[in-house]
Amino acid sequence: MSIDQRRAPSPDLRTPDLAPVDHGRRLLRLETSRVAALIPVRAVVVSAVLVAVIIAAGLASMTIGAYEVDFPSVIRAIVDPASDPDIRQVVFEWRLPRVLFAVLCGAALALAGGIFQSLTRNPLGSPDIIGFGVGAQFGVTLMMVVLELNTYMFKAVGALVGGLITALLVYVLAHRNTLSSFRLIIVGIGVSAGLGSLTSWILISVSVEKAMMAATWGAGSLASLGFDQLVPAAIVFAVVALASLPLNRTLPVLEMGDDAATALGVSPGRTRLSAMVFGVALVALVTAAAGPISFIALAAPQISQRLTRSNTPMDTVPVMLTGAALVVVSDTLAQLVAVPVGVVTVSVGGIYLAWLLAAQYARRS
Amino acid sequence: MTTLLQARDITLSYSDTPIVSRLTLEVPDDSFTIIIGPNACGKSTLLRGFARLLRPSTGTVLLDGAELRSLKPKDAAKKLGLLPQSSIAPDGITVADLVGRGRFPHQSAMRTWSSTDERAVAEAMAATGVTDLSRRLVDELSGGQRQRVWVAMALAQQTRHLLLDEPTTFLDIAHQIDLMELFADLHRSGTTLVAVLHDLNHAARYATHLVAMRDGEIVAQGDPREIITAELVEAVYDLPCTVITDPVSGTPLVLPLGRRTR
Amino acid sequence: MSLATEDGTDVSNTGAGSRADGSPRRTGTLAAGLIVSVIVLGAAAIASLAIGNRAIDPATVLHALFAYDDDDPLHLMVRELRVPRTLLGIVVGAALAVCGGLIQAFTRNPLADPGILGVNAGASFAVTFAVGILGLTTPGAYVPFALLGAFVLTMLVYALGSFGRSGATPMKLTLAGVALGAAFTGFTTAIVLRDLGTLQVMRFWGVGSIGGRTLDQLAWAAPLVATGLVIGLLCARSLNALALGDDLAQSLGARVRVTRVLVIIAVTILAGTSVAAAGPIAFVGLMIPHVVRWFTGPDQRWVLTYSMIIGPAFLLLADILGRIVLPSGELRVGIVTALLGAPILIILVRRKRVSGL
Repeated sequence: MSIDQRRAPSPDLRTPDLAPVDHGRRLLRLETSRVAALIPVRAVVVSAVLVAVIIAAGLASMTIGAYEVDFPSVIRAIVDPASDPDIRQVVFEWRLPRVLFAVLCGAALALAGGIFQSLTRNPLGSPDIIGFGVGAQFGVTLMMVVLELNTYMFKAVGALVGGLITALLVYVLAHRNTLSSFRLIIVGIGVSAGLGSLTSWILISVSVEKAMMAATWGAGSLASLGFDQLVPAAIVFAVVALASLPLNRTLPVLEMGDDAATALGVSPGRTRLSAMVFGVALVALVTAAAGPISFIALAAPQISQRLTRSNTPMDTVPVMLTGAALVVVSDTLAQLVAVPVGVVTVSVGGIYLAWLLAAQYARRS
Repeated sequence: MTTLLQARDITLSYSDTPIVSRLTLEVPDDSFTIIIGPNACGKSTLLRGFARLLRPSTGTVLLDGAELRSLKPKDAAKKLGLLPQSSIAPDGITVADLVGRGRFPHQSAMRTWSSTDERAVAEAMAATGVTDLSRRLVDELSGGQRQRVWVAMALAQQTRHLLLDEPTTFLDIAHQIDLMELFADLHRSGTTLVAVLHDLNHAARYATHLVAMRDGEIVAQGDPREIITAELVEAVYDLPCTVITDPVSGTPLVLPLGRRTR
Repeated sequence: MSLATEDGTDVSNTGAGSRADGSPRRTGTLAAGLIVSVIVLGAAAIASLAIGNRAIDPATVLHALFAYDDDDPLHLMVRELRVPRTLLGIVVGAALAVCGGLIQAFTRNPLADPGILGVNAGASFAVTFAVGILGLTTPGAYVPFALLGAFVLTMLVYALGSFGRSGATPMKLTLAGVALGAAFTGFTTAIVLRDLGTLQVMRFWGVGSIGGRTLDQLAWAAPLVATGLVIGLLCARSLNALALGDDLAQSLGARVRVTRVLVIIAVTILAGTSVAAAGPIAFVGLMIPHVVRWFTGPDQRWVLTYSMIIGPAFLLLADILGRIVLPSGELRVGIVTALLGAPILIILVRRKRVSGL
């Protein structure tokens, strides 16, 4: 409590019998001596449903593949250490890590998207503006097609280096005394277009087989990702996600403008920089592991906001769960239709967003 | 006598052009200080210097004896509030939520919303008369209502000092007076206010300490009843006028002389 | 939806198109500039006819055009290869640049690009469908699909964006374009990745090019583009009013809904025809109106007219560059416009004054 002792309470303003604040929605109040929070019921319900969707889709995903495994067997394999060792191997070595990877990628991309949309105050804000994806594609194309180095390690390195150098280039070119969103977006468009055209040029100059390899990576895929790749990715994700926790509270304040934010004790420049660093780190993580999985960063915060009726894209838990759900469901569909997951996220994500928009326009405006 | 909030010898500039040069201003404790002056005289710039939005290239701003710049942002925010000239209301935010964001300096990772915050928000909304608008979307409010919501947000911060940057511009006269009366109430209950105002007569009526600026310098300061004279107004605004005593409030009332005098 | 500019970058109208003393450029200067631009375009056209992996001097070019000798291989080269290429470059350049100007004025977003309403995604999907699923292999067969796809997707985007009482506002249209564009891009990728043959065609089609086309292409493209240009130019005055906001525009007598529909029609025709004739060419639509605005100021009548001339000049220059820059073979114009345009755009945006609308 920070009301200064010297302040004399005036009869005009001291209102002891104030009704509690009407927030316009149902809320859960949590208050102990150490922890205090106010949680909207709707967000809890939505999150619970999303968890259920993730589990259901994840289990379904684990039944698909060359080796036939049905639902009950999957569950038995996970729960019972004494069940069929062959099935256990299939589930644990290939299918479970894939599902977990889908959850991780979805959560990471969604969080990155939320950060960028909050930063740019624009529902179309997305980490793509810093050109990371295009840079990663360029790096991987160089690796795979020009240097002909094809392993997971090299592809990951190519993606990371290409993406990071591009993001850095965009930042440096856009920075002039301060960083204006407008300049950042334009420089991002320029650098992306330039690098994209170089990539296209390489791809039309090589054999069609090599072009196909690069194009497939570019669609984003969770196939053949096992625990060896999952563990380091999970550690990095945990570290970055934890370190970016403060942004949940500072970014919504920054959304009100630099002046209002400074007045409330948030340093705009520093917050903006750390937000961008975390956003890029999250995207880098996913792109290096699975390639560019488009649209999740753009769509997940938007979908989450509409589902929970939230007023900020930085409602982290529902946003991450939405991203995870989108990717797990997409990957299940992707396996059914035998296409890379990135294709499904873009198609299904696009359709779902269009449907949500239609519903919102019909209802509100 | 040292006051809690003061600027000593500060120079404030926008990209190398100094607007305010080596200026010193002590804001009297528990006052309602109003800064007036013609356009581009530096009054908003000075306020932004007090609010930590601009860094002085010389001198320092002191708050509670410490250099404002050395305070951690959240600590400063608990003592010094600001109502900026323009703020952005995020899409789809309700009044209650927007006012609630004003509680940020008092919250932490473990305590994101406590009953203290709830009470502060309720009090702030009651004081500004926006309690009935609590669940409405800020986007849908009128200009006057929206401004009161922003004031409520600043009030929810519960600071000893409150800076107001042209809080009544764009409001109709009923709302302007409404807001000025609210600020007067706030002042009476112990908050020190520093406001930049355009309307000279409102300033004369409500200020306990008036600061008149021109060309980046303070021309005069003190009790409005003592310093507002026709000579001062002419020196500051280049406006020929006559000054009488307002029959309602007993404060100076400035009456501009038109170009055609009989 | 406006973009926040926190650092005082001047995105106002008063910066662009004014001289140092603050007065707007007078009509005389603008008209003179226009004449210079037309001359530049003419020079670019002649250069386009003359330059290539086999340089042909201007005298021969003129003979080929007006005193055609069908035994002369140089004359053949000019007539069969370079004339269609140059004409297509002019038509597509004008279409893209004016289309970009229209979209930017319409959405009040200086970063809008002809692709946002989904034309490129629709055309790509239709061509991929024709090639990958229907098995059509010749351009003559799949180009009509491109046109159809472009139009259909734009109609869908417009339909989605006009749901609800407020009609087709720029924001709703943009979001609808993003959603539906993404969906169709996804479908396209799904088909392309299925077999090498489809990728083979699409990886070339996806990089815009004005070479290798015949005059038949021009036969349908030119009238369509001409129509689109006329409609677009007719909307110029209303767009000036719309730039002030819908309410103010209406009070000034502009008919907001009618203008919106006409602009969408013009944009669809111009962008759809370009992408069907030449494939997706990036940047011309985004950058040319920007650069032009910097000189002419925000009056859409001048912006669109200048764009109509400078657009083709830029595209031809890019194409010429693509022909000569490599030791062997050529660089397609879609690649050159991006490689050329990106640095120009970045340099421009780093200047203190930026051309808003």
